[in-house]
Amino acid sequence: MSRPEFQAPPEILLNIPPGDPAILLDIGCGSGLSGEILDEEGYIWAGCRYCPKYAWWVALEREVEGDLFLQDVGQGFGFRPGSFDGAISISVLQWLLNAETSHPTSSPPHRLNRFFTTLHSALRNPSRAIFQFYPTSDDQIQLITSIAQKAGFGGGIVVDYPNSNKARKVFLCLFVGGGGGGQQQQLPMGLAGDGDEHARFENRREKERKRDRSGKRKAVKDKDWILKKKELYRQRGKEGVPRDSKYTARKRKPAF
Amino acid sequence: MVRLITHNLLACHVKGCTSNNFPLKFQDVQIELQEADFNPDMITNLLPRLEWGALVDAARLVGDTSLPPEQPEMMDDDLLRKLHHVLLEIHVVEGVMICPNCSHSYPISNGIPNMLLAEHEIG
Repeated sequence: MSRPEFQAPPEILLNIPPGDPAILLDIGCGSGLSGEILDEEGYIWAGCRYCPKYAWWVALEREVEGDLFLQDVGQGFGFRPGSFDGAISISVLQWLLNAETSHPTSSPPHRLNRFFTTLHSALRNPSRAIFQFYPTSDDQIQLITSIAQKAGFGGGIVVDYPNSNKARKVFLCLFVGGGGGGQQQQLPMGLAGDGDEHARFENRREKERKRDRSGKRKAVKDKDWILKKKELYRQRGKEGVPRDSKYTARKRKPAF
Repeated sequence: MVRLITHNLLACHVKGCTSNNFPLKFQDVQIELQEADFNPDMITNLLPRLEWGALVDAARLVGDTSLPPEQPEMMDDDLLRKLHHVLLEIHVVEGVMICPNCSHSYPISNGIPNMLLAEHEIG
């Protein structure tokens, strides 16, 4: 179970003036760790989680003050328009990309669409929704951001430590209306390892086009490796090891 | 636990159920009272987004008649405290919430409402 890792207190991410009372939605409140933070900050919150056994455990063990729902968010929310001042979500969005059945309502685009349109309606104007999630590909990011945009959200992707494998975290920051940050929508700055990747939807698409997706990683079996291997075989006494020449380890034309 | 503040925000999200889907009607409820810190600013902030009629009805159903039937223009401290109690200190532990439009039942057990829909009910 991943621990929620707020880089900053919720009110900064959600652009709520500190000390202002607010009702928040915690999507995928899981083990209740994020709920505890919300409790400590004094927010009223409701959270939803899709695992009956676990939700029960959360309510009793963590004694969180927020109201918990057993809900599959891919089915949409049923809150009155403008109910919440903000929404947070840790490690949940990638689950919307699973299709558990072959029913049309189970397809990821359908679920994402239902999720984002009902969420947009449930949020006040202006407000924000912040998601930290684990996309496995740029296609996933693209799908999620395009559907969120269609649902009426502004905002974009922010990546913390984009060049670090361990510390890298992907956030989707969505705005309803201006996002409460004045007229100009300001995405939070990603924490930089070297250079951040904070981009709006349009820039994101351009960057993806420019990026060389077909580039291979450095081949493991380079010339040095091959030479070492051949030497090893010779030492072991293997017969028929070809002698080294200028053609050794040369790239061949693909046969198929 | 389902507090009355949350219930006041909840509508039915079954496919096609978009009118008269609020408020969900409580049935066979068991409640628990839990004290919560009183924050008058929080309660005042909540006022504009409350559906007062639905709140009063829900409160009456669980046995609380402290709130006036119409939302008053001015809220004094006494009324804010009563509102705080109704919104945040009454927890529904068991019961059912039923949509007045499509009659879908959302059961509540161990304080957790089950909002899952059947396949044919997904919008």
